[in-house]
Amino acid sequence: MIDIEDLTIKTAADLLSKRQIKAQELTGAFLDRAHKLNKKLNSFITITDDVAIKQAKKVDELIVDNQKLNPLAGIPIGVKDLFSTQGIRTTAGSKVLENYVPVYDATVVSRLKDSGVVIVGKTNQDAWGHGASGENSDFGSTCNPYDLTRVPGGSSSGSAAAVAANLCLAATGTDTGGSIRQPSSFCNLVGLKPTYGRVSRYGIIAMASSLDSIGHITHTVYDNALILNITAGYDQFDSTTSPKPVDDYTKDINRGVKGIKVGLPKEYFESLDPGIGEKIISAVKILEKLGAELFDISLPHTEYGVVTYYIIQPSEVSSNLARYDGIRFGFDREKFGAEAKRRIILGTYTLSAGYYDAYYLKAMKVRRLIREDFEKVFKKVDVLICPTLPTPPFKLGEKITDPLSMYLADIFTVCPSLAGVPSLNLPCGFIGDLPVGMQIIGPDFSEKLLYQVGYAYEQETKWYQKRPDLI
Amino acid sequence: MNYQPVIGLEVHIELSTKSKMFCSCSADYFGTKPNTHTCPVCLGLPGAMPKANKLAIEFAQKLALALNCQVQLGSKFDRKNYFYPDLPKGFQISQYDLPFSKKGFLIIRVNGSTKKISITRAHLEEDTAKLSHATINGKRVTLIDFNRSGVPLMEVVSEPEMSSAAEAKAYAQKLQQIVRYLEISDADMEKGSMRIEPNVSLRDVSQVSKVPRVPHALPNYKVELKNINSFRFAEKAINYEIERQTQVLKSGKIPHQETRGWDEKNNRTVSQRTKELAHDYRYFPEPDLPPFNCDQVYFSKLQSQIPELPDQKRERFLISYQILESEATLLCQDKYMANFFEETVKAYKGSPKKVVNWITGELLRRLNQTGQGIGDINLLPAQLAELLYFVDQNRITNATAKEIFEKMIQSTKSASELISELDLVLMSQKELEKLTETVIKNNQKAVADFKNDKKESLDFLIGQVQRLSKGKADPALVRQLLLDKLKS
Repeated sequence: MIDIEDLTIKTAADLLSKRQIKAQELTGAFLDRAHKLNKKLNSFITITDDVAIKQAKKVDELIVDNQKLNPLAGIPIGVKDLFSTQGIRTTAGSKVLENYVPVYDATVVSRLKDSGVVIVGKTNQDAWGHGASGENSDFGSTCNPYDLTRVPGGSSSGSAAAVAANLCLAATGTDTGGSIRQPSSFCNLVGLKPTYGRVSRYGIIAMASSLDSIGHITHTVYDNALILNITAGYDQFDSTTSPKPVDDYTKDINRGVKGIKVGLPKEYFESLDPGIGEKIISAVKILEKLGAELFDISLPHTEYGVVTYYIIQPSEVSSNLARYDGIRFGFDREKFGAEAKRRIILGTYTLSAGYYDAYYLKAMKVRRLIREDFEKVFKKVDVLICPTLPTPPFKLGEKITDPLSMYLADIFTVCPSLAGVPSLNLPCGFIGDLPVGMQIIGPDFSEKLLYQVGYAYEQETKWYQKRPDLI
Repeated sequence: MNYQPVIGLEVHIELSTKSKMFCSCSADYFGTKPNTHTCPVCLGLPGAMPKANKLAIEFAQKLALALNCQVQLGSKFDRKNYFYPDLPKGFQISQYDLPFSKKGFLIIRVNGSTKKISITRAHLEEDTAKLSHATINGKRVTLIDFNRSGVPLMEVVSEPEMSSAAEAKAYAQKLQQIVRYLEISDADMEKGSMRIEPNVSLRDVSQVSKVPRVPHALPNYKVELKNINSFRFAEKAINYEIERQTQVLKSGKIPHQETRGWDEKNNRTVSQRTKELAHDYRYFPEPDLPPFNCDQVYFSKLQSQIPELPDQKRERFLISYQILESEATLLCQDKYMANFFEETVKAYKGSPKKVVNWITGELLRRLNQTGQGIGDINLLPAQLAELLYFVDQNRITNATAKEIFEKMIQSTKSASELISELDLVLMSQKELEKLTETVIKNNQKAVADFKNDKKESLDFLIGQVQRLSKGKADPALVRQLLLDKLKS
């Protein structure tokens, strides 16, 4: 039995290619652990043993056959339950889709499958992606592996918890207003929200279509780049994907940060837990020591981020959830949970005749201003660094009765979403046993640069090596 | 009190692209097995996303140009949100404030005079699925066929500027003609690829503005008519409504604002749904489809691809071929018929008038009988031209030509092949001279009668020659030959 607790994709791929371990053994070890710990964590809605074993077997055959394989071949991953997986139940975390089995794969899923990944399960999440704690899942909350009494963040709650607890080596996620970065921050993980349109949304259950970004969660920056190499790029089935050529994200990842201009947006340091502020500042000091230059900058429309987001997002949600009528698949609308109903009602209101101009249209105008804030600062600096969340992981049940305070957890993540720019969450230490994350935000299609900056910092700190103690 | 009908038309036209509007499923659904032309996109499955059909957009823009619309350089799709079981996504992708075209017009001709009807807008959207109600195992159920879901659909909305059923019919027919000329839809009312929904109300004539260019006030109610699958029904339904609403108004009431359907069994309209409140469709820009921008160069290129339209063709025919207005109108109703005419004239090189007579006579009579179009039958312009030439050359009679024409359509043979095959060539003068001599010899009594001024006996002799020739004698020539011989 191998010890899987310290693995990363890179080290596991190494073991596979040197034939020190078989893909089936690796998969078996992760499946065992997943079954063992899922009761505790509730990070998977469905564990897909049969599919995983079959995929792993195929990879082993290819290895025996001396085929040239992608570094992701044989790597066990989790797939957020918003991603359509052919033949595998896809619930979106909602009882409405408890029995829904898609007839097709999302583009990202088929690209990952083609690269040889092994899907060990569909991860838990806030229903439909609505939430910042995982507590809105109709299949029960997920626990934070670093403190089981606390939330793992959301909405990609199960994806983050599963990777953090070493139940898989990576997991896919979606980020509409922070749903990848936020749980990554709470679970000591690297989470990428790519540029809007860099990764195909086709086949992924839509939350708010003009904001949804498709990313993934890993232990390390390098691992993260490996996955983006597969998922990024134009997709003929998603008209909003960019035809821009895709970088090789792992190439020159160790270039360093010498001369990189890092902006610190003052609005993001104003109202936050003092412990978090210190962590971020000490992180940027490390980057400075490595040769980066620091600048104080301002994103003046930041304060309008949350209100703008909570008009645009529910408006689109109200339309996107209209197809769940129970006629062709799934169950009736009465199965919608409280948060989905809340957003349907909010969005229906903001799109109504007579209110459209005052709400949706106005929010779209503010969105433009927020985007211009970013465009302006990126003329002066290369990347921005700021906290991902104003607080460390909060207690399960602490905010669930107060939707407004839950919405405010998104305060630092919604602006990059509204602007469409990429943002990478990077672990930057612990307060007690609780992880803290920071965001590295860049201009459109600057994922390669974000990885370079993140990699430089990670090499100095290696926070990813601190895994939770679960067994 | 006198009333003036106020009629506007909303026309839906399914575009004849190969694939659907937002996916690659075949759009040719008519008569196919239910739910065989479907995919995650047109079934509205979770995660599926639309991809706009370029050709459908081009078709929509061509129609806009043909309808004299102001085309929009920038355009976008919007979501029209409403619930109905035939709408799988819970919204229809349509166009709201930036349709492909706005403000166009059509010229219609009714009773010899022309009228310009303004077009408010023409936009592109997707068709819905088709519901059918059935009883299965004693249970009443509604079945949904998604083959039609997502088929590209144009909606053309007119201003309420028509004031009779005849005008409304002329408008719809003109629109159908243009669409067919552009070859963007078969616009078949029976198959449902063209659907018209007239809205009808009546205005008090005394309140009609006498000031030019000041728009007339619209009545304070409107009745929409649905379930109309032929021009004839449209005309009937509108006339029925005018009569019905007149009665309501005369009794001092205001007709209900409602949707009424045409009941073809009982020849009347029946109330389907009262519309007290306008639906709130919560339109917003479709976030899955980026807005598009086309430039002037693109539109000039598109304009150059627009064929000659019915009105232009009609004018040209009048001048070039010196035919009657009614004839030109008839010929230009169908682009293929008009082309057939021109091709025949070119090949024939004789009088266009003769070609028109044949087309509007024999050809159209036959097509109307069988319900076929010119494209459905085996007849080339050159074949008809040859036939006319043989008549001109006196090689066959007009009556024989009609017989050959029939046979030509049924086979793929040319006129000359059929003439020789059926031995229908007229006898030569020499052969006829022999025959007339025989007839004179054998009918001495008739000859004597003729000489005694009994002129009708000439007809008897002509008949005898015809009988012997088995109809292959040119009657005029026989008459001449007999007269020559009898007078000598």
